[in-house]
This record gives sequence, C-alpha cells and structure tokens, in this order.
Amino acid sequence: MTTPSESPVRRELRFLLNDRQIALSSVRPDQTLLDFLRLDQRLRGTKEGCAEGDCGACTVLVGRLDGDTISYETVNSCIRFVGSLDGCHVVTVEHLKRPDGSLHPVQQALVDHHGSQCGFCTPGFVMALYGLWMNDPHPTVEAIEKALQGNLCRCTGYEPIVKAALAISSYGSPEEDPLFQERSQVVAALRAIRDGRRVEVGEGQDRFIVPASADDLAAVLEELPGARIVAGSTDVGLWVTKFMRNIAPVVFIGGIDELRGISLDAEKRELTIGALTSYTDAKAVLAEHIPAFAQLIDRIGGEQVRNMGTIGGNIANGSPIGDTPPALIALNARLTLRKGATRRTIPLEDFFIAYGKQDRQPGEFVEAIHVPLPDADTHFAAWKVSKRRDEDISALLGAFAMKLGDDGAVQSIRIAYGGMAATPKRAKAVEAALQGKPWTEETVEAALSAYDADFTPISDMRASAEYRMLAAKNLLRRFHLHTTQGTTPLTVTRYEAA
Amino acid sequence: MNRHTVAEITANKIRGGVGEGRTHDSAHKHVTGEAIYIDDMPEPAGTLHAYLGLSTVAHGKIVAMDLSEVEAAPGVVAVLTARDIPGMNDISATGANDEPILADSLVQFLGQPIFAVVAETREQARRACQKAKVEYEELPAIIEPEQADPVNPRLVTKPMVLRRGDARAAIEKAPRRLTGRMNVGGQDHFYLEGHIALAVPGEDMDVLVYSSTQHPSEVQHMVAHALGVPSHAVTIEVRRMGGGFGGKETQANMFATVAAIAAKKLNRPVKIRPDRDDDMTATGKRHDFIIDYDVGFDDEGRILGADFTYAARCGYAADLSGAVTDRALFHCDNTYFYPAVHAAAKPLYTNTVSNTAFRGFGGPQGIVGAERVIEEIAYALGKDPLEIRKLNFYGTTDRNVTPHHQTVEDNIIHRIVEELEADCRYRERREEIAAFNAKSPIVKRGIALTPVKFGISFTATQYNQAGALVHVYTDGSVHLNHGGTEMGQGLNQKVAQVVAEEFQIDIDRVKITATTTGKVPNTSATAASSGSDLNGMAALNAARQIKNRLIDFASEKHGVPKDQIVFLPNRVRIGNQEVGFNDLIREAYMARVQLSAAGFYKTPKIHWDREKGEGHPFYYFAYGAACSEVSVDTLTGEYLVERVDILHDVGRSLNPALDKGQVEGGFVQGMGWLTTEELVWDEKGRLMTHAPSTYKIPLASDRPKVFNVKLAEWSQNAEPTVYRSKAVGEPPFVLGISVLHAISDAVASVAGHRICPRLDAPATPERVLMAVERLRVAAR
Repeated sequence: MTTPSESPVRRELRFLLNDRQIALSSVRPDQTLLDFLRLDQRLRGTKEGCAEGDCGACTVLVGRLDGDTISYETVNSCIRFVGSLDGCHVVTVEHLKRPDGSLHPVQQALVDHHGSQCGFCTPGFVMALYGLWMNDPHPTVEAIEKALQGNLCRCTGYEPIVKAALAISSYGSPEEDPLFQERSQVVAALRAIRDGRRVEVGEGQDRFIVPASADDLAAVLEELPGARIVAGSTDVGLWVTKFMRNIAPVVFIGGIDELRGISLDAEKRELTIGALTSYTDAKAVLAEHIPAFAQLIDRIGGEQVRNMGTIGGNIANGSPIGDTPPALIALNARLTLRKGATRRTIPLEDFFIAYGKQDRQPGEFVEAIHVPLPDADTHFAAWKVSKRRDEDISALLGAFAMKLGDDGAVQSIRIAYGGMAATPKRAKAVEAALQGKPWTEETVEAALSAYDADFTPISDMRASAEYRMLAAKNLLRRFHLHTTQGTTPLTVTRYEAA
Repeated sequence: MNRHTVAEITANKIRGGVGEGRTHDSAHKHVTGEAIYIDDMPEPAGTLHAYLGLSTVAHGKIVAMDLSEVEAAPGVVAVLTARDIPGMNDISATGANDEPILADSLVQFLGQPIFAVVAETREQARRACQKAKVEYEELPAIIEPEQADPVNPRLVTKPMVLRRGDARAAIEKAPRRLTGRMNVGGQDHFYLEGHIALAVPGEDMDVLVYSSTQHPSEVQHMVAHALGVPSHAVTIEVRRMGGGFGGKETQANMFATVAAIAAKKLNRPVKIRPDRDDDMTATGKRHDFIIDYDVGFDDEGRILGADFTYAARCGYAADLSGAVTDRALFHCDNTYFYPAVHAAAKPLYTNTVSNTAFRGFGGPQGIVGAERVIEEIAYALGKDPLEIRKLNFYGTTDRNVTPHHQTVEDNIIHRIVEELEADCRYRERREEIAAFNAKSPIVKRGIALTPVKFGISFTATQYNQAGALVHVYTDGSVHLNHGGTEMGQGLNQKVAQVVAEEFQIDIDRVKITATTTGKVPNTSATAASSGSDLNGMAALNAARQIKNRLIDFASEKHGVPKDQIVFLPNRVRIGNQEVGFNDLIREAYMARVQLSAAGFYKTPKIHWDREKGEGHPFYYFAYGAACSEVSVDTLTGEYLVERVDILHDVGRSLNPALDKGQVEGGFVQGMGWLTTEELVWDEKGRLMTHAPSTYKIPLASDRPKVFNVKLAEWSQNAEPTVYRSKAVGEPPFVLGISVLHAISDAVASVAGHRICPRLDAPATPERVLMAVERLRVAAR
C-alpha cells in the first residue's frame, strides 16, 4: 500500500480508541496504555490496582486484525505499552453503555447479581467478562473461572460475579453488540492504518520502532543490536512500572503476524511455534497435539497475561521460573534464532547458560520453537506447583517425557525442572538413575537420591529449599503413579473433565 | 440514579424499604466506571504530586541525608522532611506519640517514610525519590517475634490480662492436660484501591482533604495537629473507598497529613498515591500471632481450665495494637465456656511496619486459638472435633459467663450448628469421606464444621456513638449524611433504606452524600462492624425528629390527634384524608417548620474496666457456623475447597442481598488469610511479598466449588438495634477457619486421625506437605 511518494517509515503511531482514531507523533517508548487512558485521555473508568498485570483492574480489550475479522482480547493496560498498539482497536469500559444510557448486558448482569461491592475492580471484571462473552456466549463455570484468573476482587468472594457471568447471555447476544455489528467498519479502519510501513517515533536513544515485517525486524536489529525487543511486555512492563528502568530504544514486535502461529509438519511430526504466538493461541493448538502441555498453559498468569505474553518471550527472557521451558526441554524442543539473514537452530536446553545469561547474540532474535510431537507410546506430563493454584509464579515445575521398552524398562527419559536452579534445567543424574531400569516404584525410590546431584534449590518467599526438593521428588513419584496406576485421583482437580 | 421520579402515592409498599434486598446504591456507577474514586476526580488546576521516600534499613540512625539530587530532579517543586512539619510530627491513633509522619533521626522499619518529594507529575516525584542518598548507622533489629526477649520483651503498649477462676489450679487438677503452640500469620488488606489523598488549600488556615479513609474525623485531627491549626480549619471528605477492611482506619493518616502539609506550604493542591509495592511495604497489616495454650479437660472432652498467651507482632509503634490484642483475648473463648481461664496478651515491639486494624481486629486470631484447643482435645480423645465443640458450647442459662465476666444473654449457637449440621449432612459426609480416603492413597479429603460468636461494639466505649444529618427539601427530596464511610459494604444503601422506611418514601427520593467532617463531626471509624448499627440509628433519630415535627404540624393544622397521623407509602394519612408526602413538606415549609435535623445515637448497656478485666464491652453477639470440605494432594500439599455450607446470623436483615455479600466475601477473605496469603520478611526486614505477584489472595477459582450460604432468617437481635438487625462486617470472616480445620482433618487422615496435625497458618501447600510428612513419620 506504500505509494512511491511516501517514506518507508511512518513517524506516527495510529490506533483506534473506542470510536475515535488516535494518531501520536510524540509518545515515549515506555508510555503505558493505562497512563495514556487515565492521564492523557482522562478516561478514568479503567483503574490501576497493582501496575504489574496481576490484579486486572486495568483490563481493556485490544482488537487486532485476524484475517477478515478482528480478535478482541483482554489485556492489562498497566503493562501494555502504547507503542505496541499500532493498528489495534482499544476498547475501554466507557465504550459499553448504550447511547440511551442503558447498561450493556455484561453490566446489567453484574448489577442484578450484586457483583460489585467497593466497585474498584468492577470495570476490570466487566471487560474480562465482555471479552469472554464475545468469544463464548454460553460459558461453563470452568471457562468463566479461567477468564477471571487475572482479576482480583477483595470484597465479593466472586460467587455473585460468576453467577452474573453465567447469566449474561440472557440479557443479550454478542451479535447485537456494537463490536460485532460495526466490525466491518473497524476492519476497514485498521486495514487503512496498517499501511505496510515501519513505524518509528522519537529520536536517538529515546525512540521506538515497530517493524513492518520479520525481515524488517532483522534489519532493525542489525542496525540497533542493543535495542530492547518487546513482544507481550508481561515482563518488561514491570521493568518500567516497578523498577523505573529506561528501556529505550525499543522494538515492538507484537504485531508481526509472520512470527505468530503454529504450523505442523506431519511428516516430521513436529510443531513449529512462531516466537510471537501468545499463550492463548498456543493453547488452542497444543490442546489437540499435546494435551498435558495445554493444561499447563491454563496455569500461566491470568487470561490477560496469556493473551499478551508469547512463547518466544517466555524463553527469550531466560527466567528460571518461566513455565514453558521445562516442558519444552522435556519434549526435546529446538530453538531457531535469527540475525539478519542468518539462522541457527540449537537444542532449547543449550539456550539457557546461567542466571540472566542466554545464548543470544546482540541483534539476534528468537524466531521459532520446534517441538517434536511425542509418540503415542511416550508418556508426557508437566506439573506446576505454586502457592496459589492459578495466576501464580511457580515454586517449581516438573516436566517428564518417557518411553518404556517392551521389557518395561525405561528406554528413554527426559526430565526438566523450573524453579530448582538458576535456569530451567534437566535432571540428568535422575534420568541416568532411571535409564534402562525397570519402571517400578523401587527404581523411582532409588533414583530420588540423585536429585541432590542435580539440584540445590534456594529458599525464597515462594517456597523453602526443603519443600522444593521434596515436592520435586514427589512429582517423579506422581509421574510414576500417573503412568502405572488406574483410577484413583493423583492430584486435586477443580474441573471434572481435567 | 436518584433521577427525579414521580412518587406513587397509591402504592402499598415503598421502593427500597428496610428488609428489601436492593442492589448497592453505586452498582450502576461501578459497572460503567463512572463511580468516582479520589484518583478519578478532576485535579484542580495546578495540582502537584507527592511521593514518599522510604528507609532502606529496618532499624538505624540517619547519619546523613543528602537530598540535593532529589531537589534538582526534573519537575521537583519541593522536598519535605520532618523539619517541614509545622505542627506535631505524629500520627499515633491513640496518642502514644510513637509514630512520626516522617522519621526524623531514627528509622524503625524498612519502608518507613523519611521524606516526601513534591513534583509537577507523579512520575517525576517517584523518579526523584530514587536519587536520595541516605546514610544509616544500623542498629540491631528484631524482625520476627521469636527474636523478642523471651523473659522481658519490649512491648508497644500495656497488655491486657483476663482471668476468671483459678485457671492454674483447674488445669493441674484436671484428669487430662495438654499444651501447645500455634503460629498464625498476618494478612495484607489488599484493598483494590490503594491509599490516596488529595489536599486542596483554602484561605486562612483552611485545607480540604479528600482521603480514602474509614475514619475521617481522625484524619481531620491528625492533619490539624500536623499543621498546628484548629480542627475547624480542616475538612475531610470521602465519597467512597475502593475497599478498606481496616487498612484505612488509621493508615490513611500518613498520606493525608503529607498531602496537607505540602498543599499548605506550597499553596497548591497536592495529591499523593503510593505504588502498590510501597503501599504494602509502608502500611500496617493484620497482626500475626504466636499463641501458647495450656488446657485441662476431662475424659469426655469438657474443658475445665484454659490458659492462653497471645503474642503479636505489632511492629515499631502502638497504633491500634492495644485494642487488637485486647480483642484477641475477648475472643479466646469463641463459643466455648471455660470454667476457669487466664489469658494474657504480649503486644511485641518489632522492627517491622506497625500493624493495624483488619476485619475482625484480633478476634479471628483469638478464635483460631480456641479452635486449636478444641482440635487438640478431639485428637487426644479420638473424637470428632464437632462433638468436643458442642460439649463445650456456652449454655443459655448457665455456663454462660465469658472470660471478661460478661454474661452471654443471646446465645443461639446450638440452633445454628444443629441446623447447619443437618442441612449439610455433616455426619453422612464424614463417613463418605472416610470411605473415600480408605481407597485414595494420594488425595485425601477432610471436613470441619466450626462456629463463631463475635462480640459487637467498639471495646473503647467512647467510639460507640454516631451522628447523622438529614435535610428534607421543599420538593420532598431528602439529603442524607452520616458519619459512616462507604467502602463497598453497602452502608449508605442500608442507612438510606432506614430513612426511606421511617419517612415511608421511595428510596430514590433519598440522596446519599459524601461523608464529610463538616456535616457530621466527631465521628467514629467505620469499623468494628458497627457502621449500620450506629449510623442507621443516628439517621433514624434525625428522620424521626423531622417526622415528629411534621406530625405536630399536621395535627395542629388539621385538628387531628397525633395518633391518627400515619405515614403511608409516599403519603400521609391525616385523619380521614391523605396528603402526598411532598405536599405535606411544602405545607410544612410554608408554615416555617424546621425540615432539617442532626441525629445522634450512643449504644446503651456497655461498660468496660480494662484494669480489672471485667465488664460488658459488647452490646450483643453475632453467631454463625460454616462447614468446609477440602481435598488435599499429599504429594505436593496442594488443596482444593470442594464445598462450603454456611448458616449465619445477621438478626433481621436490613438488606439480605448486601448481608449475604458480606458473608460470602468475608468468608473467602478469611479463607485467604489461613491458606495462600503469606507475608514473608527477609532477615533484613524487607517485606518480600509486597504485590499481587508475590502475595496471593483468593481468585474466583479458589472459591468453594460448591458454596451454599444462608442467613438465619428466624433470628432477630435480642437487643433493640436498628430494626433488630445485627452487624455483619467481621463475624463471617471468622468462618474461614473451617477451611483450615478441614485441611487439618485431611492431613490427619494420613496418620489415622490419631495425631493432631498442629497446622500453622497460613496453611500454604508447603506447610500442608510438611505436616503430612511429619505425621507420616510420627505414625510409623
């Protein structure tokens, strides 16, 4: 769509906010959407509860082009940067009330079911439930609880909110909703914004760039190898809101569609996950191919974080408590990194060198993750242990992939943990203690002493070293029971089908 | 809301009278985002923003403080230290003079405010704070209560002792005896709206402060003291808070005083709002306790004598710790009669933030101790804890005197527990659970039914008073103001329902207005569950004064005896004729009848002698019971609340919908306190759990899978409270204890219920797993 007279770089960020187009030629790289809404736009229905993406009071919808339509997803505006919104449609709570003053179905249901007390978290709940209802008008209790994992309420105990959520569709259907009825106009408006140009706002170090494509990203990073790459900003957002770190210059990559999505190579039996695939999008595909992995994803962050955060980001930031790396390492995943036109593919476990140190060169970026599909006879499980079941950071996480030989002995086994060392790490001594042995309780019990060779966990506010070690061993016991036992429950589950 | 509507003068019932389950008055505004919290108000032109600089050591002398880079930072207008406080540098709620606004030369906890930066924007102020260079000479710090001197610990306030009979002798003579210790953690309030204040300077000495506070009058007095001006110069206004839970009873003082001092110094409006991490680090929390118990009992399980010590981590200053530890002792009995009892408090000084009020105010901690004793006795005798509970319940005519020598006159716990036990099939389910556990080696289930009796009234007798101001305008619309504050509990709606009922007018004719010290003076904190009891009665008193004047007027004008003047829905029957309420008001105005009244109420019957430990501190008791069932994963300690049944007593409810909301919300908050909400300080005194990423309150997916909540509809207050209702804010919080005991029951199953798990709180998965391990080893 670039006309010859136009510069290949657009120096203006453009997006839709409710029913208006916003164009910003001057905006800081670390400007959060929440501050933009509250301070610049004086839209104060959206609240700040924690400024770290954990309470949901700041929830808004962000719509992005998705083929011929728009996907509207809930996000935490407190840790979402304005610079990442080019070509998006931001919808805030102010957009819901009808022109005649009557309430939106989501709002009326909450009123009628006494879903608000102090009311401070309420706009966030309204938006979370709005997002759910649009995609799933008749949700199960399980779907509601998952959609609300990222929203804290301190007053109601949630019961009336869940009851309201079950009733929303009796107040109206999504097809009657303005975001549905006006979709074609919004699609057209967003398409007009996305003119295929790179966006660059600001000067010198204090600027941000939104590359137009993956090739453009590679070019930008060759030019600016020290630039901060920001995708979902579920981690980098906190560097700004909590630590007031200077993150500029920034490259916002969340809108590069080529790096988003999962493809299946049926012949190689391998999934390739684009680095920018969100947890939410990954879950939909993984549920089909690796259900145990998909279940794990439900326990990462809240819905807003899963909509924003990316699999590539979870790996690239190198955290020892990221939730996907142990599972991916157990599955023997590989990682493709790209610098300019050069690509290299390495075993994922080799990417994590030490705490805060990864095998990524300046100017290089994580492009894709390749996950071999487990065979029908591979036992795979991944379990997260945290203080609170949902929306919590792992105390530890164990992932297991094992194949048994015809003789009932362990033919191959890969075990990886998060939260047990300075990086996501394989339990190689434990694996060795199991390798080739009959898969029995005795073998498992005998292998437990090998944990001391593999791990020396720390004590912190999430768990003591003693607990981490004991629970890590017990996860191996659970894996053994899981692969050998019948029907008795091996873990507590809230959802019968799970 | 409050749209002008035509009153239905033929209705047989008003809209929004007492007993109707109306939605919260602000519900429409909550869901649209139109409800205005202080940070949402349009800032007056020229508003500046303040931010606090916090100490980085737990205990130390400030040797040098270089703030030159702070002052030079972009946007900074002023930097305030203790020397800039024109009046008293103190915000101690009880006058202990131990709590500076800004620390002067000594810091006593990590996170204590030592200076304030005022800048053009909040971000500039916040960034500038980081540039301070402060040197400390560190002093030895007591972080954990266990570090206190065991013999002669430093206390923050004079402790209370309760004694009735000779507990020592009774315990020693008893056929059986056991002793033990329980640690029960604290709790952060985690109100969703953090602390905030906006101060607008006026002429002369005046300042108006918008404060997110449960106690406007105290904030008024603190601001006046800090500025060195009379209270009449200071007005505090609060329309609503985004949650309080006790965390905004005294803790708002800090922010309001800093904003006011800066506003008066600079003669510009000043707003202050800490980040969540700073809010959690720099403001007080629920006290954690170490409870020691020594109890003598008979072979049936009847308690003969009990001795409790309740040691609390109070932090560096008294704040409300005296009253909190008092209330712990007042509730060391819960629903149980102790023939002889001794209970003592130890309000420990620690170099941590000064702990404060939190829903229940020490009462839940007191009750946790009582319930642990019950559990210990049950395991010692191999009986169902519920059996031991019932055996020790207060009687109705005898065995009914509390450790503080108050006779329990309104005991309904027997009926509450019997109904709940039958309703939730406690006995059958206990058997089903035993059968399940027998076949399930990893996942174990547990069940517990725990009661609550909660004393209602401020134990500081003078706080049991309230005022209200009611105006009736010439169009018949009513302006209602009272001294209580709205933090989500629906107080304003309940009080408006009382006024609507009294005048017999639809509730949309009653306008609820922001609480302000200029309209109703010398108010008490909206705390101790007292909001509706006190303010409802004060508003009723005001409305009745006006009503009586209207009756006098109508009687005289129409020559009708007063007893023939009856207020009907939106109209008044005067002898044989009916007049619209609005018409009567207009006539009264024309006849120069005063249509405004200040109402007042003080709670009768209460008195308390703290020195003697005797008296009648509580006007009445609220009761309830909960039965919880959990499942526990014995490989990781993770658990799930499968089902909860609650039967709770609110007397005759003013608004059953709002009351049920308090019961459900209180329960889940109480459950959070005892399960996943864990406060962790490191050895340097730094709070490590200072934001929702590290401090875990319950989520929707943590609430009971099956959650049946009922109000005891047959109950009415034995005392003549407002429409015979009962307080509801705090008592249901205590019902969360049933979850702790259900987890304990599940853990105990790994050792055949022969050993008391002695599970400390919060029962995080880690504590649960460690208890499982402990019991497995002990059972070998």
